[in-house]
Amino acid sequence: MSLATFKRGIHPYEGKELSMDKKTIAYLPKGELVYPLSQHIGAPAKPIVKVGDRVLVGQMIAEAGGFISAPIISSVSGTVKKIEPRLVINGTKCMSIIISNDEKYDSIENFGKHRDVSKLTAKEIVKIVSDAGIVGMGGAGFPTAVKLSPKNPDEIDYCIVNGSECEPYLTSDYRMLLEEPEHVIGGLKIMLSLFKNAKGIIAIENNKPEAVKVVKGLLKDEDKISVVVLKTKYPEGAERMLIKAVTGREINSKMLPADAGCIVDNVDTVIAIDNAVRFNRPLVRRIVTVTGDCIKEPGNYAVRVGTLYSELLEEAGGFTKEPEKIISGGPMMGQAMYSLDVPITRIGSALLTMSKDKVSEYEPGPCIHCGRCVAACPENLVPTLMYKTAKKMDVDAFRSMDGLECCECGSCSYVCPAKIPLTQSFKLMRRAVMDDNKKKAEEAKKAAEAGKEN
Amino acid sequence: MAKLLHVSSSPHDRSPVTTRSLMRDVIISLLPATLWGIYRFGFRAFMIILISITTAVVTEYAYIKLFKLKPHPFEASAVVTGLLLALNLPVSVPYWIPILGSVFAIVVVKMLYGGLGYNFMNPALGARCFLVISFAGIMTNFNVEKGNVFVNGASGIDGISGATPLAVVKGGELANASLFDMFFGLTAGTIGEVSAFLLILGGLYLIIKKVISPIIPFTYIITLVIFVVIFGGHGFDIDYIAKEIFGGGLMLGAFFMATDYVTSPVTTKGRFIFAVILGLLTGLFRIYGNSAEGVSYAIIFTNILVPLIEKFSMPKAFGTGKRAYKRAAGN
Repeated sequence: MSLATFKRGIHPYEGKELSMDKKTIAYLPKGELVYPLSQHIGAPAKPIVKVGDRVLVGQMIAEAGGFISAPIISSVSGTVKKIEPRLVINGTKCMSIIISNDEKYDSIENFGKHRDVSKLTAKEIVKIVSDAGIVGMGGAGFPTAVKLSPKNPDEIDYCIVNGSECEPYLTSDYRMLLEEPEHVIGGLKIMLSLFKNAKGIIAIENNKPEAVKVVKGLLKDEDKISVVVLKTKYPEGAERMLIKAVTGREINSKMLPADAGCIVDNVDTVIAIDNAVRFNRPLVRRIVTVTGDCIKEPGNYAVRVGTLYSELLEEAGGFTKEPEKIISGGPMMGQAMYSLDVPITRIGSALLTMSKDKVSEYEPGPCIHCGRCVAACPENLVPTLMYKTAKKMDVDAFRSMDGLECCECGSCSYVCPAKIPLTQSFKLMRRAVMDDNKKKAEEAKKAAEAGKEN
Repeated sequence: MAKLLHVSSSPHDRSPVTTRSLMRDVIISLLPATLWGIYRFGFRAFMIILISITTAVVTEYAYIKLFKLKPHPFEASAVVTGLLLALNLPVSVPYWIPILGSVFAIVVVKMLYGGLGYNFMNPALGARCFLVISFAGIMTNFNVEKGNVFVNGASGIDGISGATPLAVVKGGELANASLFDMFFGLTAGTIGEVSAFLLILGGLYLIIKKVISPIIPFTYIITLVIFVVIFGGHGFDIDYIAKEIFGGGLMLGAFFMATDYVTSPVTTKGRFIFAVILGLLTGLFRIYGNSAEGVSYAIIFTNILVPLIEKFSMPKAFGTGKRAYKRAAGN
């Protein structure tokens, strides 16, 4: 059987062997917990607790700040110490709620109590998911409740669980597929209950044969859910690439997966849906892979959201040698950090340490026009020519080359023999194009209004 | 932590392939043909190769120093240029020819346009064409060295004819060299072009190591074959076709010169169009032109078309236009 995949892409060093066979360890935080109000795509959440309030595990401490937003849930019991700006992963400061942990872990009423899903309406399910603070935990952080509310629920043909975990070094999804497959299937069944015409698919890359075996074994008697084995290639798990690989349907950056009849959610997210809906457990933990060549005991940890990275590092035995670079997430799309005193958010999938920073090892040279970036680009773009427009900050030329379609996966920068920072320049250009689009739209609006007045 | 951590925008990993490693692979792939050229044509061939490479490297270094350009790490592209130029020279040329050629290749074709990555023409081929135009007699003298004098190989030395098989075909004669001789490099020609077998071996090495894409060489060769079968006047004559493929500079050109990154398109479609044009022009020059060879001119002419080809072969981005998924009506 041929493997499902997309065209082009790259094969970076995987590094999964460091942590893939390490059973997930539950870690309970000791110090204070920090909850940035912005740990998802969309409007920041609004605090609904005051300094001095006592909070419980699973209690909502900030509500969604708009339609595309998500509430924040306390992952420990304790008192609200402060509400102030704190350093977050990307190096900026973000308004955060700080809770001092009383280590009692008293939870809200009915926490963990089983609920009969068949008695819930679709609306109620979406409300539970929304109130549980569930966002896409693969890294994007898009509010899951919004994903689960497409315009035409009847036009959804596939609910896809993204278990490809194509980002090197990460093994948290793999561990969850092995350790909590019944939660994955449970969450998927809840999703399927919202869409009557949908089939369930659990997509797993073929570098995880154990996970494929376990999940397939549990699905023997299911006729609506199947496993699709994907070719191991980066970025197989990028939403648009995954949809192409599984269904053959292509969507561009302006479309939603629902436009191709698909709802895609990452493994940990689907588990969170099951926990929230079936067991009344809002999103309080996530799985974090602690790995890299500087870590004493690489492994996978079930961590309370809000725990500081520095605490988790200590739990993993600390450094064996001095790291040159520390990344939240994987090497392809993760964020480099300059301090570990930042909280783990719902979207932080890994703590990766590197004793050698490959980026600084090379001096960028002139482009030799080799076309490797073109052969690697999953979006079928021509990065080398786009880079020429980026160097000139030529917004219009960049837009005309479909620069906005770039998904910032990093494949072009990875393969470039001249080590040119292609992806990095495209990130800047994409922001510039979006700003320019906004400006043009506003100007057009003003002109239209001026026209009306005359 | 005493040291500050590095912070940069993702991705944080880099492939081990560098410009220098690519150049190294090209040099490795040319080694069999180069060594054969030295074995076949003697010490003089070795000297020409050495002079050509040294001049190219020294000229580039001097140019960078002289004009105070930002020095970049040595990436060996000048070595490739010097080597390719030498492989394109007959062994009988005086030693000032590789010096002049290398200086021309580096200064005029490459550095004046901005250095590596900015030249619009393959430097080695540009220099070769410059030399052929300026010193036609010297550049088409395929006599070989015997003792201290150059003699016409046709008179019986080593069985090497004084003219390349392709030139003989051009003269209207077909049966001068056996397929075996041409394939393994026992005929006359420039230092590096004679052994089709070793050039193909090097080309396959580059394809297997994914240094070059097979699109350009294979499309080029196939197009040329189709062209000569139709217009060559010999029909589908295996012997004639073999001479067109193995008897001249096609193998060296198709695998090592046409695939030069800087002067070939980056898109798959563009590479295909580029190679088809190469095949057609080579056939045209060989059959209807004055000279027996057409590969060099075809390549440098098509090099100039590359920006145009790229403009018309821009791929459609993933999921845009017609490729975007549309739900069938009534579904």
